[in-house]
Amino acid sequence: MEKFVQIEKVGQTFDTKKGKFVALRDIDLTIRKGEFIALIGHSGCGKSTLLNLISGLALPTTGVLLCDGREIAGPGPERAVVFQNHSLLPWLTCFENVYLAVERVFSGREGKAKLKERTAAAIGLVGLDHASSKYPHEISGGMKQRVGIARALSMEPKVLLMDEPFGALDALTRARLQDELMKICEATRATTVMVTHDVDEAVLLSDRIVMMTNGPAATIGEILEVDLPRPRQRLTLAHDPAYIDYRAAVLEFLYEKQAHVEKMAA
Amino acid sequence: MSALTMSGDFGLEKPVDRSTTSPPVAEAVAEPAKERTMEKVATRPVAETGTPLGERLAAFGRAVLPPVLGLVVLIGLWHVATHKGGSIPGPAQVWDAAVALFSDPFYRNGPNDQGIGWNVLSSLQRVGIGFGLAALVGIPLGFMLGRFAFLSSMVNPVISLLRPVSPLAWLPIGLLVFKKADPAATWTIFICSIWPMIMNTAQGVQRVPQDYLNVARVLALSEWKIVTRILFPAVLPYMLTGIRLSIGTAWLVIVAAEMLTGGVGIGFWVWDEWNNLKVEHIIIAIFVIGVVGLILEQALILLARKLTKESS
Repeated sequence: MEKFVQIEKVGQTFDTKKGKFVALRDIDLTIRKGEFIALIGHSGCGKSTLLNLISGLALPTTGVLLCDGREIAGPGPERAVVFQNHSLLPWLTCFENVYLAVERVFSGREGKAKLKERTAAAIGLVGLDHASSKYPHEISGGMKQRVGIARALSMEPKVLLMDEPFGALDALTRARLQDELMKICEATRATTVMVTHDVDEAVLLSDRIVMMTNGPAATIGEILEVDLPRPRQRLTLAHDPAYIDYRAAVLEFLYEKQAHVEKMAA
Repeated sequence: MSALTMSGDFGLEKPVDRSTTSPPVAEAVAEPAKERTMEKVATRPVAETGTPLGERLAAFGRAVLPPVLGLVVLIGLWHVATHKGGSIPGPAQVWDAAVALFSDPFYRNGPNDQGIGWNVLSSLQRVGIGFGLAALVGIPLGFMLGRFAFLSSMVNPVISLLRPVSPLAWLPIGLLVFKKADPAATWTIFICSIWPMIMNTAQGVQRVPQDYLNVARVLALSEWKIVTRILFPAVLPYMLTGIRLSIGTAWLVIVAAEMLTGGVGIGFWVWDEWNNLKVEHIIIAIFVIGVVGLILEQALILLARKLTKESS
């Protein structure tokens, strides 16, 4: 087992008008290379905060985060982020949006033709060759999110970070993109951390599910190993007793162990 | 017609996030024209596609009739007010004078007697130079104010103090510094055009969505790429609004400035015709100034639509 991302004794405190707000405390987590991790918890439990810490968009108040043996001191293309709201630049076409990322990472070593080839390949990976020259406002929400994924993958990141990437999509589109993502992750062996609030999504996609306690001062409550063989098929899994058990375990954590805390906090 | 409604919109500005800027700054900051133009694009084709001739004629009538009627009423009132004689000439007299005037718009009889075409062109030239210099200074300054909070809180009080001052108050300073009338007039145009440009650009920079900046951070884009690929396109609609407001004000101010400085120019021409007591020419000048202002505004709206369509 190779330790790839290490999170050690990490805490995050925000200064607010009402004084200090402890968002996260005592987070310890080690992520293996090629592993798919889901972060799940009730809203406000700091799962996005944790993702921002791994991406480097925010820096921890205490503790340290390492990626491939080096401290995470800021954001960078080796930790690509798929944003919740796709965050494509509206004045660039899908191709240009991805090209911007490709150019940044590979232009030192490769010629223009190769960069374009990479861009086209990334767009092909998410099945959007036909929409390559369209602007973001001309395509659907699901397609935008796929461009966002293509942009992240095109950089060949060490870690792929996804912040509720399918949260804003309808159930059918979401299922299709989950299937696509599974295929892509198996093909690229990408180390992935995904924030989600969808139990099925977490069990279907993950190797491990990191369940967070309720905020404030949230931390990791339980970690569930999902030992289901890959490739996974959502239809066969629906009747798989192991799958049903995993699903029940997450639900139990969310709605029994963590539910009363929420009531107390409210 | 659409220009009239467009300029009318500035009077009824939506209250845009006034909390983020000091009140005098927010007054001149209008929402970019993007949403409005988008609506127009969306509603226009309805009357044109495959509807019967009668309906199309009716739609055409609805679009053209009110403005034409407005003009007819204006001219009618003018006629009624002047037909008994008096010092103000009626529409017919002005029309005759205009026909004579526009038959030779580009004559030159010495420096103080030139065709109306030359006068309009030299006014436009002054506006162009003053406005262009204001854009060169104001847009980069606006970018810096939007980017650096310290600079912004340093400069904003100064802008708030200077902005309400009539640009004509700066004319003597211009005369003193440049020792000539022409650059002094350009200087007043510069002063009046620069405020909307600074403020709208700064506002635009402050409102660049954090998401886009996060993208820039994750990709670790160079400062040059951030400016060209993210900041500039995001700020462009705001900048164009600033430019449109500026040029409108500049065209208002040039007439007054030229009345004071003399030389060649539409403002000076109005004053000269007043001294010659050719009132028909003054009325013609009013129409000419109005039409040129309308064309400037429409041209900028077209430009904004073209650019934002490309970038949206």
